[in-house]
Amino acid sequence: MIVIENASKTFDGGRTFAVDGISLTVRDGETLALLGSSGCGKTTTLKMINRLVEPTSGTILVDGRDITAGDRIALRRSIGYVFQGIGLMPHLNLARNVALPLRLRGVPPAPRRARARELLQLVDLPPDVYAGKYPAQVSGGQQQRVGVARALAGDPDYLLMDEPFGAVDALTRDRLQQELLALKARLRKTGIFVTHDIFEALTVADRIAVMHAGRIEQLGTAAEILSRPASDFVRELFGKPARQLQLFTDRTS
Amino acid sequence: MTFLQFAWSQRIEFGEKVLEHALLTGTAIAAAILVGVPVGILIARRPAWRGLALGVAGVLQTIPSVAMLALLMIPLGLGWPPAVTALVLYALLPIIVNTLAGINQVAPDILEAAEGLGFTARQRLWMVELPLASPVILAGIRTSAVIAVGIATLSALIGAGGLGEYIFRGLSTGNDRLILLGVAGASGMALALGAGIGQIERGLKRRLHL
Repeated sequence: MIVIENASKTFDGGRTFAVDGISLTVRDGETLALLGSSGCGKTTTLKMINRLVEPTSGTILVDGRDITAGDRIALRRSIGYVFQGIGLMPHLNLARNVALPLRLRGVPPAPRRARARELLQLVDLPPDVYAGKYPAQVSGGQQQRVGVARALAGDPDYLLMDEPFGAVDALTRDRLQQELLALKARLRKTGIFVTHDIFEALTVADRIAVMHAGRIEQLGTAAEILSRPASDFVRELFGKPARQLQLFTDRTS
Repeated sequence: MTFLQFAWSQRIEFGEKVLEHALLTGTAIAAAILVGVPVGILIARRPAWRGLALGVAGVLQTIPSVAMLALLMIPLGLGWPPAVTALVLYALLPIIVNTLAGINQVAPDILEAAEGLGFTARQRLWMVELPLASPVILAGIRTSAVIAVGIATLSALIGAGGLGEYIFRGLSTGNDRLILLGVAGASGMALALGAGIGQIERGLKRRLHL
């Protein structure tokens, strides 16, 4: 379980709030989407959980433990993270990239390689073809899958994903979302998924937290948010795609 | 006797001088790497010290070579010690600057991923920053090495040997062929070294898939 209690992050000596007193709970086995436009504080919220950003105030508990209590390196190694910029190491082949979390933990090379091959297979990149390729030799979508495989390498209980499918075309994105859903069903991770795409949030998440200007506007299941929007902002946000969808179904039916 | 015949007649001594010259510059470059790379890493970590380090290394480069040797002779006497020291001081700047630039050019996405995956600062340096900076650092070493081979000809003035001996012997006896032999040797060595290190740089980039 991930619990955030009244966490804030300010810049400029307290004048600007990136995150303004948010509280939320991610239940075990659940995927929560943080949905909002750029600058709403969703990435900052995610980074606070593995201490890439230190909150100015508030408490964050992972597995019941205050994350500031222990060592931040150990915390980061215990959480899978898919970065917005992917961040594969260009000088390491895909198998070595995937195995990095294991290398950091001192797992010997042979089991490391075996696990990397297994994970490449899991994200639909057959290791016989892809293990020896380098990041620059594969497409953006394939790189993002390697990023997901790397996040899974240490078999973490928690998975933080920051727009993991941001850099791919709509079709690939759709496929990757479906693959993620299948993975989710198999692996039962507790995860937070940051996105600005409403349809992506509706597809991958069990519950959605709608963020705006550093605050959570509403947190609930898709059905709850669609049927009872908590604010004009949420109504507007979901209203437009709903109208488009309506328009589309009217036209095709 | 043509120049080539003359050069051939000198081959044994020429070989010795080339070896001396190579040892002199090789020692100096090795020392400059041992000092310059750590300094470059340090100022990549602590921007506050950048001005000082680059300033000192920059000023050292502006001192004319003959003046540098004269200055160093005061505490260090004649021969190898002042000659090697002078070459080290000249070689520092390109190595420091390129180490800093090489580390700074590593993409922020890669650094964030390294930090977020739980690399320690040391692991990030050895596993990410130095490998990705290595071709740029090597380019700095190449620049330094080429400069050092040229300046090392002056070492003959203070009794440290090398190909400069031909040049100064030729100057004092009015023997053009001796001067030419020294110049050809030093230039050839600089060119070969530059090309050789450049080749290693390209190989390294290929290996690192950059």
